[in-house]
Amino acid sequence: MLRPALSLLAVFTLLCGLVYPAALTGVAQLAFPAQANGSLVVVDGKAVGSSLVGQSFTSPAFFWSRPSATTPPYNGAASSGSNLGPSSAALKQAVGERVAALGVEGRVPVDLVTSSASGLDPDVSLAAALVQVPRVAKARHLDEARLVALVQQQSISSPLGSARVNVLALNLALMKEPASR
Amino acid sequence: MSASFGLLVVFLVGLTLVAVPLGRFIALVLDGALPAPVRKVESLLFRLAGVDVAESMPWPRYAASVLVFNLLGLLVVYVLQRLQGALPLNPAQLPGVGPEVAFNTAVSFASNTNWQAYAGETTMSHLTQMVALTTQNFVSAATGIAVLTALVRGLRAEKSPGLGSFWVDLSRSTLFVLLPLSVVLALVLASQGVVQTFAANVKVATLEGAEQTLAVGPVASQVAIKQLGTNGGGFYNVNSAHPFENPTPVTNLLELLAILLIPAALCFSFGHLVRDRRQGWALYATMVALFVPLAGLTLWAEHQPTAALSMTGVDVSGGNMEGKEVRFGVGASALWAVATTAASNGSVNAMHDSFTPLGGLGPMWLMQLGEVVFGGVGSGLYGLLVYAVLAVFIAGLMVGRTPEYLGKKVGAFEMKMASLAVLFPSAAALLGTAVACVLPEGVAAVGNGGAHGFSEMLYAFSSGANNNGSAFGGLTVNGPFYAIAIGLVMLVGRYWVIVPVLALAGSFAARRRVPPSSGTLPTHGPMFVVLLAFVVALVGALTFVPALALGPVVEHLTR
Repeated sequence: MLRPALSLLAVFTLLCGLVYPAALTGVAQLAFPAQANGSLVVVDGKAVGSSLVGQSFTSPAFFWSRPSATTPPYNGAASSGSNLGPSSAALKQAVGERVAALGVEGRVPVDLVTSSASGLDPDVSLAAALVQVPRVAKARHLDEARLVALVQQQSISSPLGSARVNVLALNLALMKEPASR
Repeated sequence: MSASFGLLVVFLVGLTLVAVPLGRFIALVLDGALPAPVRKVESLLFRLAGVDVAESMPWPRYAASVLVFNLLGLLVVYVLQRLQGALPLNPAQLPGVGPEVAFNTAVSFASNTNWQAYAGETTMSHLTQMVALTTQNFVSAATGIAVLTALVRGLRAEKSPGLGSFWVDLSRSTLFVLLPLSVVLALVLASQGVVQTFAANVKVATLEGAEQTLAVGPVASQVAIKQLGTNGGGFYNVNSAHPFENPTPVTNLLELLAILLIPAALCFSFGHLVRDRRQGWALYATMVALFVPLAGLTLWAEHQPTAALSMTGVDVSGGNMEGKEVRFGVGASALWAVATTAASNGSVNAMHDSFTPLGGLGPMWLMQLGEVVFGGVGSGLYGLLVYAVLAVFIAGLMVGRTPEYLGKKVGAFEMKMASLAVLFPSAAALLGTAVACVLPEGVAAVGNGGAHGFSEMLYAFSSGANNNGSAFGGLTVNGPFYAIAIGLVMLVGRYWVIVPVLALAGSFAARRRVPPSSGTLPTHGPMFVVLLAFVVALVGALTFVPALALGPVVEHLTR
């Protein structure tokens, strides 16, 4: 009984634990190098982030990402959700503070004041991007209507979910907009 | 919300369409109907390992083989974690894992639970992730298929004690079912942005000038099998919520299908193997009948705003987005939560701890039903077959006839084994929760107070004892108490079910098949589906409603 157990464990360890991941790495690196290495976004020869991973934006002149529960926010080396429960007082207080910090007129879409599961969410809902337009327009001296058009342009729709916007892509497009006044 | 329910329907239809042909294929593999060149390769492996293909083991020998193989695997995972600091393929230079967490993780992966008492990217080296964890993802799932195959052989046998060879069943399940499916899924995932590299972390300079470190690694290869093998242990701390594990709505749908694919297909394999396909459809229908209402409950609940989010200034029409990703939204997150707990997968794409009370109740109860609604690869179906034995027994009591299933009489020994297999995991879940509630170490670890804190503990032990592996993540589980306690309940929930199931198989095998008579309860019709679903739900309700009342129900009523 010991011989089949030991030999099969050795064979499967070799096959499933080494050959399988190594062969896949080889094929993925050849066939999809960009995706397999983190879908990096390169601007002027420098990697400014990953198109899949969110990053922290605090300046009023950028569109902001969702709140992040990692330390520090959007820590790509240690993902984490808040794990705060549905009736948590701490969560209620945090949401209240986030609403105040956004200072928008009208109501804030819920995704913009709640932290994501990973703490690395690259997206906000279309509504959450649009609600930030007045702030960004003011900070950049841009025409609001043009910014709304830019946000719409960046909107990704999916039959499986509601429209969303990749915040890094939106901010990169934003940086290319010349000031209008 | 209607889009979410539409997604549920599309998902179940798609699942059935793929599972039916795959089930037929798996049945052929398990019966050894393989092309000649494949047989040649296989016989080479068996010669090397000293395996006699023709051997048919009596149940005690089959069970001993399962236990020895799993124990050896457990030891390898433990040792590799402890020594990883001194071993290669450790670009982030992580130190060896502490003894309690290493024990917990070793049990967790050998038992197909994949409970994570650790944060992947900051605890496990690439070598550990691959050689220790990915290997167990394959062989623990294959162990489940093997045990199921043994039970089927017991039902098919005509007064002969042999249940087949564990080594042959294990090898065929790994080589011809799990490995090819994983290669295909991993390549598709890698093409969509799931990382697959041996490199260390990648550093980038963000638009605001900060430095961001992105943890990468051989992720796609591990994610594919963790979804297909109902394992659930992710590369990253947040599992399939991480953008590098699950980057798009498309990968999400594929990973979601992969969770239930093999457990669903095995129902149809069962129909082929017992030469009566209607039996397989009846078991599948039972699973779907239990799944849909609980999926509906969680989908509905997550579209409701929670107490913490209901305030002026917030537009809560987006539903409960705390702990969820925008690219999945509420619908695909809630559907994943019920799929991953119906199957004993345990991977997550949203944080269950932040679900609404009733939204969290659905996943919790699906685990407490004993992981028989789809359940683990192999283990879900053998679990449901145990309930089928219970169901024919109850039906037999009603009409005063000796119960039988597939032509095998159900006697006192079979009933004892079936009862043990149902009782052990439930007892482990409830006793574990009770002990945690009275120990200061148990209570101090909760992340949220009050009824929700109790839910965290109940969820943890239900998850461990039923080999699921998902968590209410607010509970701190890397301390010695939870690492050891949940390690123990995982052992009970896996092996104290496998041994009675194999004893049941052996006892069936030794019996003569009796032809159906006018008094036989047909086990392929709608009436049996209703009866079986009712028995599963009733046992689950009687066992767990009091505990659930103290957790999610109280929280829902007092919010």
